[in-house]
Amino acid sequence: MKDQHLVSLTVNGREYELVVESRKTLADVLRSDLGLTGTHLGCEHGICGACTVLLDGEPVRSCLVFGVQADGRKVRTVESLSDGDELNDLQQAFSRHHALQCGFCTPGFLMLGEAYLSTDPEPDREEVREVVSANLCRCTGYQGIVDAVCEVAEMRRSKDREGTP
Amino acid sequence: MNAEQAASQPDAAEPNTAIDAQATEPDKPKRWVGNRLPRREDPRMLRGSGRFVDDIPDPHAYHLAFVRSPVASGRITEILTEDAISMPGVVAVLTSADLGHPSLTAVLEREEFVPTTMPLLAKDRVRYAGEPIVAVVAENRYLAEDAADNVWVEIEEMPPVLSLEDLGRSDLPVIHDEAPDGVLVDLQMFTDDLLDDVLGSAPLVLEEIFRSGRVTAAPMESRTCRADWRDRDEQLVLEVSTQVPHQVRSGIAQALGVPERKVRVIAPDVGGGFGLKCVVGREEVVAAAIAMRMRHAVRWSEDRQENLIASFHGREQEYRIRAGFDDEGRFVGLEADIRCNIGAYSVYPFSCAVEPLMAATELPGVYKVGRYAARARGFASNKPPTAPYRGVSRPQIVLVMERLMDKAARSLGLDRVEIRRRNTIQPDDFPYLGPNGITYEPGSYVEALELCAAEVGKAGWREQCERQDGLLRGIGIVNFSERTAYGTATMGMRKMQMTPGFEVSHVRMDASGDVVVTSGTCGHGQGHETTFAQIVADVLAISPDRIKLRQGDTDVTSFGWGTFASRSLVIGGGSAAVAARRLADQLREVAAEMLEAEPTDIELVDGHAQVRGAPDARLTIDEIAATVHFRSHTLVQREEQLLEARGSADPPGMFSNAAHAALVEVDPGTGDAQVVDYIVIEDCGVVVNPMIVDGQVRGGVAQGIGSALYEEMSYSPEGQPLTGTFMDYMVPTASEIPRVAVHHLETPCDQTETGAKGMGEGGTIGAPAAVLSALNDALRDYDADIDFVPVRPADLLAVLEGTSNSERRLETA
Amino acid sequence: MKPASFEYHRAYTPEEVVEVLTELGEDAKILAGGQSLAPMMNFRLARPSALVDVNTVAGLDYIRREGDELCVGALTRHRTLEISIADDVRDGFGLLPRAARWIGHYPIRSRGTVGGSIAHSDPTAEWCLMARLYDAQVVVLGPDGRRAIPSEDWFTGFLTTASGPDEMVVETRFGRPRAHGALTEYARRRGDFAIAAAAVAFDVVDGRCHDVSIVLGGVANEPLRLPEAEAIVEGAAPEEDTWTAAARSAAAAIRPGSDLNGDDHYRRHLVDTLTRRAFAEALETGNSR
Repeated sequence: MKDQHLVSLTVNGREYELVVESRKTLADVLRSDLGLTGTHLGCEHGICGACTVLLDGEPVRSCLVFGVQADGRKVRTVESLSDGDELNDLQQAFSRHHALQCGFCTPGFLMLGEAYLSTDPEPDREEVREVVSANLCRCTGYQGIVDAVCEVAEMRRSKDREGTP
Repeated sequence: MNAEQAASQPDAAEPNTAIDAQATEPDKPKRWVGNRLPRREDPRMLRGSGRFVDDIPDPHAYHLAFVRSPVASGRITEILTEDAISMPGVVAVLTSADLGHPSLTAVLEREEFVPTTMPLLAKDRVRYAGEPIVAVVAENRYLAEDAADNVWVEIEEMPPVLSLEDLGRSDLPVIHDEAPDGVLVDLQMFTDDLLDDVLGSAPLVLEEIFRSGRVTAAPMESRTCRADWRDRDEQLVLEVSTQVPHQVRSGIAQALGVPERKVRVIAPDVGGGFGLKCVVGREEVVAAAIAMRMRHAVRWSEDRQENLIASFHGREQEYRIRAGFDDEGRFVGLEADIRCNIGAYSVYPFSCAVEPLMAATELPGVYKVGRYAARARGFASNKPPTAPYRGVSRPQIVLVMERLMDKAARSLGLDRVEIRRRNTIQPDDFPYLGPNGITYEPGSYVEALELCAAEVGKAGWREQCERQDGLLRGIGIVNFSERTAYGTATMGMRKMQMTPGFEVSHVRMDASGDVVVTSGTCGHGQGHETTFAQIVADVLAISPDRIKLRQGDTDVTSFGWGTFASRSLVIGGGSAAVAARRLADQLREVAAEMLEAEPTDIELVDGHAQVRGAPDARLTIDEIAATVHFRSHTLVQREEQLLEARGSADPPGMFSNAAHAALVEVDPGTGDAQVVDYIVIEDCGVVVNPMIVDGQVRGGVAQGIGSALYEEMSYSPEGQPLTGTFMDYMVPTASEIPRVAVHHLETPCDQTETGAKGMGEGGTIGAPAAVLSALNDALRDYDADIDFVPVRPADLLAVLEGTSNSERRLETA
Repeated sequence: MKPASFEYHRAYTPEEVVEVLTELGEDAKILAGGQSLAPMMNFRLARPSALVDVNTVAGLDYIRREGDELCVGALTRHRTLEISIADDVRDGFGLLPRAARWIGHYPIRSRGTVGGSIAHSDPTAEWCLMARLYDAQVVVLGPDGRRAIPSEDWFTGFLTTASGPDEMVVETRFGRPRAHGALTEYARRRGDFAIAAAAVAFDVVDGRCHDVSIVLGGVANEPLRLPEAEAIVEGAAPEEDTWTAAARSAAAAIRPGSDLNGDDHYRRHLVDTLTRRAFAEALETGNSR
């Protein structure tokens, strides 16, 4: 008999109620139960970070969280970043700086970046490099990713200084 | 934002010379080739709406899990599946016998090659730990793995052949009866009767051994597929993460005995490949077989552990070298005995010979080596098969040649750059016919070296090396070429049973003036949708936004070969350019009729067709397209309908070149080595999109640094893989990879449609040599003579303590 | 790599956790941050029959000062210790937030818990090293109530502790605050498990080192205190010669063994280096910086 549980969770601002087997990872729940396939699986042992999502605002490896644990919680995935056709500032910066090639690891880096930027950091290249080293990319050599996050950190800080919403 | 808007955005990072030119010369037509155009692929990837195989929804498909060999070598004596079959959600449990013993055999039509048959599922023997034996089919992967845990396979374990040291041992079982000495290919590629004498009388002779550890491509997306029989199309449709859809189709056709027409292979978005996916995998063909048999969709997703230990590896090689120099440091002769550990089987279709062939053929590189002899052999071992991992043998041959240059320089008291200068093929030497039978067309070999040395000077690296802060610093400068885009004639020399090379493109304009380009290439991160559109946009004088590339579908494109060996932009883009020119002719023909002029007087400019010298006499290309489709009765002079053209390309192959420099820091307290700065001077001819070229270089350098310092597939003495997770197989993170400064030289190629050469592998080819050279330089006061990769902290400590020998320490724990 | 089946239970108080664990028996495990357990389950190397999720247990996420002790609730995330510890609370334990920065990466620190790390008992885990460095007491709750186990008795082997099968770590009480402390690690890549680590803590009184602790990680099945090396530093001047002697003693005291990351000889060299550097760094960083 499968061990199943009723789970209520909010994903990208929308509420869902699901019956989920306890061993199903949050990554698999997002991908196959909710059809949010932007979150990818690269290793399933918590090192590559391709599965990174925000759980109550904190970045987590969704392959290491069981879906049932998201009960009552708020999840944000890469699908929450763009507004229709409009890409957000971090996504646009990724494109400008060629921070993606095959695109498979990109959602994980975007969510890692968003989490880091939400701590309102002082843009410091070495610190960004350290944060970015949480995830693996095999295509880009990371330079574009570090450039993009640094640039957006600076952009968001100066926006704050100017008082623009 | 469309391409027009994007192209006019200021780019803070690097100046956009094409657009700058546009700004100052507004009368000149816009050119897209050379533009750092943002990628067409990006929006969907950034939104998370990329369509990788596992993202394709199909909740009802069955899922596969494989029972794999727990041992490196053995005879299968019994397989018990009853327990598994009765488990929840299990649909079937299948062995090789159940499938009719399907297999793949790669053939090289050479006497010196021994073909090996790779059964899709192990038949009576297992030849590497992780080899698939039983396929479990269940409702989902969780249940499939539960059932796989309950399949019992009895194996009589045999001692394994693992390393090159194990070869020739009579106490170890033969892996393939057809090759009793374990040699699957033995190529005496080049001989020279005078070489011995020349080496015998040379003022300096170096006898060296170089070794390179086994690595794996580890793309972020593992292999994955979805197979489904479609009655209406009378086809098995395989959606698969591959670089070579047509070759997968041929592999399925061969293995399962079905006509090619009954198989359609589709590569949707592919999450990296680097050569691991340019061969046909067993598990994907098993999925296809099961889907056909069951008339039901079947999926397989390789997990990371399977990907690391049981897919395809590369580059486990050893070079025994004799090199002779005159007293000015010039090569007089080079002899190489190359041994490649190619694993348990030949991969399909390239065969296990690809590494030995490339090593022996291309070893001399950018240098004039005098007399040359090379033998290269591929040996079987109880490890996974070797596939052509980015660079193939070239990271190794460049490492060899560059270490030889460094050693000879040291022996003769010469500057390391000077000795290279003396040996490099000079501009006046082109076209240069080498002792390896290759004719090298013009390249900037000397210029790249000089510019690299100059940039190292400008960057102040030598001053950094003088710092006294407890760290040891060193610089490595390497120079090399990269053979790219070789077509059928060159590939034919390998004598593969299936000879790749050409590409065929179709270009079609629809009623609204939009264009679809098809190509047999199969991009997986290289930005083809952007670069091919740039090429075609220049020919048709329309915006790249209007041009859509379709590739990776054997039903949609003409037969082609896929994306590998740095070929796609040149051959695929080239064939698209040829087709586009023919389409441009058709547009001019129609415009001529509509404007009452001669086709030779029509020019295509910025989305218009106009009469030369009479700019008021013009039409938009959209108007032409609409007329051709909807008002064809008004065109009486044309014989053909519609706006469609076909083009092909099949170049002989050409060499890009690059010079790399690495600055490394060694911490004597920990033995740690860090690459702290990196410079690349590269020449790939005409650059279609500099941003994409830079990205390929940087990504390649990262993989090269990985194989120099961090990555190795290691095995226990029993043949158990020890590096089956991303914790143990150390793909570098952002903290291990420095900024890479990239400078471009441009030696246009007159053998290609665009003047471009390929360049996708150069980063990986040069980096191990650059890092190794830098490490030896950092430890020059300690008589460092490190001739292997990867180099680990304990190895550096041994040099510092004077306890190392240049023999590679045992790979086993 | 999908985990095997298990029964999922959620608990809301520590007492409930203990109750459920007792009911479920030995094959049940606590699920806290999951950063160590979930990968092992995905590999099917760990197959607990049941998991008790303690992320919903209230009242165990705190960092408090009680006299000379810094008390950290078991469900405090690594990240909280890294960034949210008030100056007056961490006085004398300034090393702890710095030690947190060595733990994996940001997303691992968001989720992993101090209690989970202490319960997991990996010999390179930063909190395990800190526990031995600061003579921590590990407080567990079991069917017979709370008990405090000194850290020297808590770590009993590789990934094993003195915990009973139905006990839950509820708090770690770091003691012996000192003005100077440092942790140095060496790993091949940023964020990897350390190949070896050295942690030191001491006061300087009248120009002499006092109340010295030295702990090594990654050289044995548990974090290793080095009384001989500590004795060399105790009462000696805080200077390079002292560090060198201590480091030499440390390197000689260990039997590290060999693996892919290095042999015996290499690890001793590494320990020598790390111990010296830990002391030098500790001297420079004063109290709570």
